[in-house]
Amino acid sequence: MQALFGQLLIGLINGAFYAMLSLGLAVIFGLLNIINFTHGAQYMMGAFCAWFLLNKAGVGYWWALLLAPLGVGIVGIVIERTMLSRLYKLDHLYGLLLTFGLALVIQGLFRNEFGSSGLPYQIPSQLTGGVNLGFMFLPIYRAWVIVASLVICLATWFVIERTKLGSYLRAATENPALVQAFGINVPRMITLTFGFGVALAAVAGVMAAPIYQVNPLMGADLIIVVFAVVVIGGMGSILGAILTGFGLGVVEGLTKYFYPEASSTVIFVIMVVVLLVRPAGLFGKER
Amino acid sequence: MAAIAQSAARRAASRNAMLVPTVVMAVALAVAPFAGIYPVFIMKALCFALFACAFNLLLGFGGLLSFGHAMFLGTAGYVTAHAAKEWGVTPEVAIVAGTAASGILGAVVGALTIRRQGIYFAMITLAIAQMMYFFYLQAPFTHGEDGIQGVPRGHLFGLIDLAQPLAMYYTVLVVFIAAFALIVRIIHSPFGQVLKAIRENEPRTVSLGYDADRYKLLAFVLSATLAGLAGALKAIVFQLASLTDVYWTMSGEVVLMTLLGGMGTIFGPVVGAFVIAALENYLAGFGEWVTIITGVIFVVCVLAFRRGIVGELAAWWSARRS
Repeated sequence: MQALFGQLLIGLINGAFYAMLSLGLAVIFGLLNIINFTHGAQYMMGAFCAWFLLNKAGVGYWWALLLAPLGVGIVGIVIERTMLSRLYKLDHLYGLLLTFGLALVIQGLFRNEFGSSGLPYQIPSQLTGGVNLGFMFLPIYRAWVIVASLVICLATWFVIERTKLGSYLRAATENPALVQAFGINVPRMITLTFGFGVALAAVAGVMAAPIYQVNPLMGADLIIVVFAVVVIGGMGSILGAILTGFGLGVVEGLTKYFYPEASSTVIFVIMVVVLLVRPAGLFGKER
Repeated sequence: MAAIAQSAARRAASRNAMLVPTVVMAVALAVAPFAGIYPVFIMKALCFALFACAFNLLLGFGGLLSFGHAMFLGTAGYVTAHAAKEWGVTPEVAIVAGTAASGILGAVVGALTIRRQGIYFAMITLAIAQMMYFFYLQAPFTHGEDGIQGVPRGHLFGLIDLAQPLAMYYTVLVVFIAAFALIVRIIHSPFGQVLKAIRENEPRTVSLGYDADRYKLLAFVLSATLAGLAGALKAIVFQLASLTDVYWTMSGEVVLMTLLGGMGTIFGPVVGAFVIAALENYLAGFGEWVTIITGVIFVVCVLAFRRGIVGELAAWWSARRS
């Protein structure tokens, strides 16, 4: 029983990261029509930023949670302004290829500098320890990650679906030319949206730093799983991305308990089944 | 009727225009080992070139970007290596078995993936390839991280000893040229023309009465089978089938070769494969710099060089002539 709840917890944690990453991908895709292949690399950069701040500048976890997304987000904005913006008129596949190349460059540079072994990152002192729930032991940091990512995801959902800014964003997703004609600066909105999506990846990276080792390739395989999550959920809805993210994390955790051999492939198998039954994804709309 | 005859004549003319450069390429490759070029390098480049040509058939002419083509290279490699080593069959039987395995996998994956297009197609192929990677990582017959090592090259048709370097070299060359000629033939066939029409405007092609999904599926299976042939050859040449060939970096590499050489051109993937293979050989001692430079080439190609080497040359040539 203990092991089952343990795997469930790990599943929820993984699900929290799937949700945050697929949310960022979905937000970027909605407005830019680009699948951001650098998302995994940017998640890794977020974790490295936190490591740097702590070990080189003595800046702790809480400030890192603010500064790392800011820094990585600015890098994202520079990428969007200097490179991605030249590709909007072309086939969207070029955006995928460009970001794939950038991911290789970024991961290669980090590996060159830090090798491929992981660097440890301390859990902040306020969140160490755990609670004994009777049926299992719950480390506080892990509970914090689940709660924090839920809050971030729901806040993002709220901003996009319930505020005026979000309504501009949704309108620009539907018809950018018309929205621009109403006097809204769409190119700037695109830039900031990309920056925001990238910052979300960096937040996930900072939160992941104490759990997984900080490693140049920590995002490389993860991003492919997140792609599968995005295909399963469909790109249509924000809430869909969050639900599928957490849901698939839990399914993966359960698989690890009941049939460990399949735990690394279960999400891909679900993707195949979803493609057979609902090609547009669980929450997607056929476009 | 006149229009049909005209288009057939045009296709024939364009096909014949490919004949001279193909023969030049074949002759150049046939004498290359005597010109002091390391045969193992050329064999590696030829395997990649065939892989890239197969990939280009799908991307350049079908408009479908598969980000998981490594699964076909790797599957054929594993099956060929297993057949040659464990079952002890002759190399041509092993190669046919490997190629067929990739063709069957291509039919299954193709039927699933052509339901979506564009970016989704790329993401789904990538995800399925990653699933295959994990499958091969765990399956006992692949020996996990070690791969299948020491695959015997054997005697081709039971007669020609492929352990002889030149015998191996010319076998690879003959298979490559035959497969290349087949790809050229496919591209210039009526099937290839319909495929191009689907790439340019799918709804219109459907309205003309073509079953677009059937054409795309056939293109996918052909591409997967030929990619498998490349993987099968590679396993025999290097006597090794390993996880590298099914990993996503390999899928990215074939995209890069095609993009760099010129997607949608006939010779582009061959040029791109040779350039990338040379680059890897040259930079082998520099560790991570291979990845970084690969990434930089990707970025430069997408931003400034979208027609690729052969595409740019062709554009320059036609501008000069007019």
